[in-house]
Amino acid sequence: MSKRIEAKDLNIYYGKFRAVEGVNMVIEPRSVTAFIGPSGCGKSTVLRTMNRMHEVINGAYVEGKLLLDGEDLYGPGVDPVNVRRQVGMVFQRPNPFPTMSIKENVLAGVHLNNKRVNQATQDELCEKALRGANLWEEVKNRLDLPGSGLSGGQQQRLCIARAIAMQPEVLLMDEPCSALDPISTLAIEDLIQELKENYTIVIVTHNMQQAARVSDRTGFFNIAGTGAPGKLIEIGPTEKIFSKPDQQATEDYITGRFG
Amino acid sequence: MSTTATAPKSSRHEASSLTAGQLPSWSTWVALVASIVVAALLTVAFGGFNLVGALALGALLFLVVMHVWSMSVEGGRKAVDRLAKHLVVAAFVIALIPLVWVIWSTLTQGLPRMDVTFFTNSMRSVVGQGGGLAHALTGTLWVTGIATLISVPIGLLTAVYLSEYGHGRLARGITFFVDVMTGIPSIVAGLFAYSLMTMLRGPGTQNGLAGAIALSVLMIPVVVRSTEELLRIVPNELREASYALGVPKWATIMKVVIPTAISGIVSGVILAIARIIGETAPLMIAAGFTASQNMNPLNNAMMTMPVFVYDQYAHPGVPVAPYHERAWAGALTLILLVMALNLLGRLIARRFAPKTAGR
Repeated sequence: MSKRIEAKDLNIYYGKFRAVEGVNMVIEPRSVTAFIGPSGCGKSTVLRTMNRMHEVINGAYVEGKLLLDGEDLYGPGVDPVNVRRQVGMVFQRPNPFPTMSIKENVLAGVHLNNKRVNQATQDELCEKALRGANLWEEVKNRLDLPGSGLSGGQQQRLCIARAIAMQPEVLLMDEPCSALDPISTLAIEDLIQELKENYTIVIVTHNMQQAARVSDRTGFFNIAGTGAPGKLIEIGPTEKIFSKPDQQATEDYITGRFG
Repeated sequence: MSTTATAPKSSRHEASSLTAGQLPSWSTWVALVASIVVAALLTVAFGGFNLVGALALGALLFLVVMHVWSMSVEGGRKAVDRLAKHLVVAAFVIALIPLVWVIWSTLTQGLPRMDVTFFTNSMRSVVGQGGGLAHALTGTLWVTGIATLISVPIGLLTAVYLSEYGHGRLARGITFFVDVMTGIPSIVAGLFAYSLMTMLRGPGTQNGLAGAIALSVLMIPVVVRSTEELLRIVPNELREASYALGVPKWATIMKVVIPTAISGIVSGVILAIARIIGETAPLMIAAGFTASQNMNPLNNAMMTMPVFVYDQYAHPGVPVAPYHERAWAGALTLILLVMALNLLGRLIARRFAPKTAGR
């Protein structure tokens, strides 16, 4: 598992508006890459193009190449559904399915895709995913209760369990801790460290300390002004970005001179 | 409120900037009773006691008295607050009057004929006493049942199209015509179904299916509207969560969006049924009148409950009393049926509601 992502001259549009332009980068497998930058600079937009969630919005499209182990995600004949089965996503706000129990939530990817799996395999997959998300011990006695009854942090880990139950190659996280308290945030950050053994992880965060704590590489995005497209200013090893970045704008942002 | 007893009188004028005058808690009731008594005495003084006049005049008097009293003790803001509250309550009571009145008169006049014969017999060869609405009851079940079978799939799928797929001109057009359909007079729906049957089966054809078609013309827009609203309030995050798991759009709609909204959809459908079950005009034209039981919705006229009530009331024999009694009992049965449907809708809504319990 885990694949390399490569972006080449990626331009992203919402209708006529060019939201992000000229992104070139490589995201290494089995590592955590963090995207930081001010609001509206296109971090989340870039993240959403990586599993073709971007085009769910009306009129949104992408130019350029986005390669997953050399295969273009936007090539002709690529089915977004197949892309999303390999590239999982965790959202900013925990969003367990309200009609389903904890177990059904974890197995949602299996059930909703009409896969026929026997009961024993299902139980095994459910336990493995919940253990993977550090949630098993907390919920093992109430797997049949509704997922919406969990606390916010538990719900978010449930969503991570739901994503890794699909056994994706890449896991995208869009500000996964911004709706959580520090304790739950710590639990998720520890989890990210464990998950990077098996997955390529890309995380968007507003919290620079978090980026410094969890990521191996960091990319800094910025915009020139409102209405201007966002740009990837620089991407590199996290220590370098946070100690002696190449670009002045990055240093200004890191040291809190703006943003 | 009882603390006002210990507070200094007319504290509005005291030094503290936080205290304010307050009317005692019994003031509202005292003012109300006093106003009505005064109004009643006034009606006696001017040409004899009149209950309706006393109540209406009393209410007006109460509004004025309370406002002035509150103004002098509590000040302008609270006086206006009280005035608004009393106007709202008055509007509520006025709105309740016809409802209570209708239920009361239907109950008192309908109950005497609510016996077993009424539900087991038809009106075949009945003159005067006896007889019942068995034929109209089965007719109503047939006609509304078929109308539901026609309307729910069409309405549901239209709503799914509008909320999940539709953009641009086609969706706007459909929305516009659904709104137009909501406003179609029910008699026009009946004429439409009748002329459709005339084209298919020759002039003068009346049957249960025609009635059902007329009712579904009225029911489809209601189902579309309520279902669309409910699908739209399903949070987009759930759709995205499902897409992100690699679930195709159709499966997302079937297994995430609709189940999340199902309780509202079902109760919306039941309310739509309750709305059309009392339709009279289109059924008089399309389904017709009959005195006998007819279990075949494809052939011959089929009696329905609203038409039965109309028929018993408008075309009585001699003596009139048993016909009118049947009309009232039929009306009561119809009200009870609609009430039962509403209750069922609420029960189902609660049964299917998204799971929230258990932390």
